[in-house]
Amino acid sequence: MDGMIDITLLQLLSAYIFILILLAIVRLRKIPREKEIIIATLRMTIQLVLVGYLLTFIFENEHVLYSIIVLVIMQVFAVFNIYKRSKIEMDKQLKKIIAVSMVTGTLFTLFYFDFVVVHFSPWYDPRYFIPIAGMIIGNSMTGVTLGVSALIEGFSSRRKEVESALMLGATPNRAARSIVNHSFDSAILPTINNMVGMGIVFLPGMMTGVILSGASPLDAIKYQIAIMLGITGSVALTVILFLYFGYQTFFNKEAQLKG
Amino acid sequence: MFTLKNVSYKNILSIDNIEIKGQAITTLFGESGSGKSTFLKLLNRIHTNESGEITYKNQKISTLDPIQLRREVIMLPQEPTIFKGTVRDNLQIGLEFSEKEKKEDQELMKLLESLKVKKQLDDDGKELSGGEKQRVALGRIMLLDAPVYLVDEPTSALDESTETTIMDLFINFIKDNDKTAVMVTHSKEVAQKYSDEVIYMKNLMVGGATHGRND
Repeated sequence: MDGMIDITLLQLLSAYIFILILLAIVRLRKIPREKEIIIATLRMTIQLVLVGYLLTFIFENEHVLYSIIVLVIMQVFAVFNIYKRSKIEMDKQLKKIIAVSMVTGTLFTLFYFDFVVVHFSPWYDPRYFIPIAGMIIGNSMTGVTLGVSALIEGFSSRRKEVESALMLGATPNRAARSIVNHSFDSAILPTINNMVGMGIVFLPGMMTGVILSGASPLDAIKYQIAIMLGITGSVALTVILFLYFGYQTFFNKEAQLKG
Repeated sequence: MFTLKNVSYKNILSIDNIEIKGQAITTLFGESGSGKSTFLKLLNRIHTNESGEITYKNQKISTLDPIQLRREVIMLPQEPTIFKGTVRDNLQIGLEFSEKEKKEDQELMKLLESLKVKKQLDDDGKELSGGEKQRVALGRIMLLDAPVYLVDEPTSALDESTETTIMDLFINFIKDNDKTAVMVTHSKEVAQKYSDEVIYMKNLMVGGATHGRND
């Protein structure tokens, strides 16, 4: 690898001019967003600096425990983010199912990636393990969030339809099928669209990173294809697990709708 | 067919003792808010009574499998659902839910005609008018050929002459095939004309409900 061109601190600071331009525009147009822009820029900067130091430390002190700790933090963050993003209060059982589906689905995909597709060496090599885990968990989080909203919304707006199906002798599984399928569809659609636009509409972050670090574009796309497939698999798996167990929390043991 | 003893449900319903006979048509008649729909939903376990005991064919319904029970005791709710799909899909879907064999188009067309629904099987269910929806939903449950029917205001969206045609059709279907029906209505004429037995329901209290016989 040729390595990347180093950016000096001064050069980096010069990039903040884009934010200054943005601030000037919103001030001029009297759009009350200055505070949010400044906070977002600061947060982005501070978070990335911290992550930079943290990853440097982890890369230099390669240890299975560090990789696992980072993985656990990402999982916990993702699960709580899903809880937070749902506008409707969820019951405990549903929350438990979200956590279990996220962890099982993403771990399965991550380890398949690790031991079959790429063969990290060692298996916890933080240079591979952490960014790939991040992409898999992050995308699955978005998918499950969409699935949760669609499922809750479906059961509230189509309650009568579900009850009608039960009155005609349907099992809860059959009565919920249309809602479950629709939820799966809305959860997986962004990922599918993402694949369609890949490489034409945008160069994904991972590929950009690999190219910038000096690898040939052909090597970069191999990683990108593999990771896209992994992400799609993980989103599908976590969402299916969530929906399969999740819909059941809307029924009681007597095959009645709760609430 | 059913017995209800000391049955209560929330603040809606309280029943001392009622028996619903098999192979007969029982009508629940009373003002709105008197728990008629809730009464029906207790019989197929869409709701569970908070106290008391309900039996179906001498078995406590709490011991029966709710899905099997609902395949025998089919209910038509007051605002029937038209599912996504064609008129054909909507007629067949009950058979699918109940895991029964689907019917041939010919039989479905005949049914549509007798229900006076002037639509084709391939027409979109969304195009049905309010009254047609109600009749398609009624046709859907008739196809299921269940021993017991719970029907909630099956003709509320129909004009008087269509109401008579449809009621006659449904009542004959029940009587000719020795089925049992429990029917909710707010129409005194319907209650008197079609029922073997009438249960008058008042707000909050059905206890000691007046049973009228109409032979």
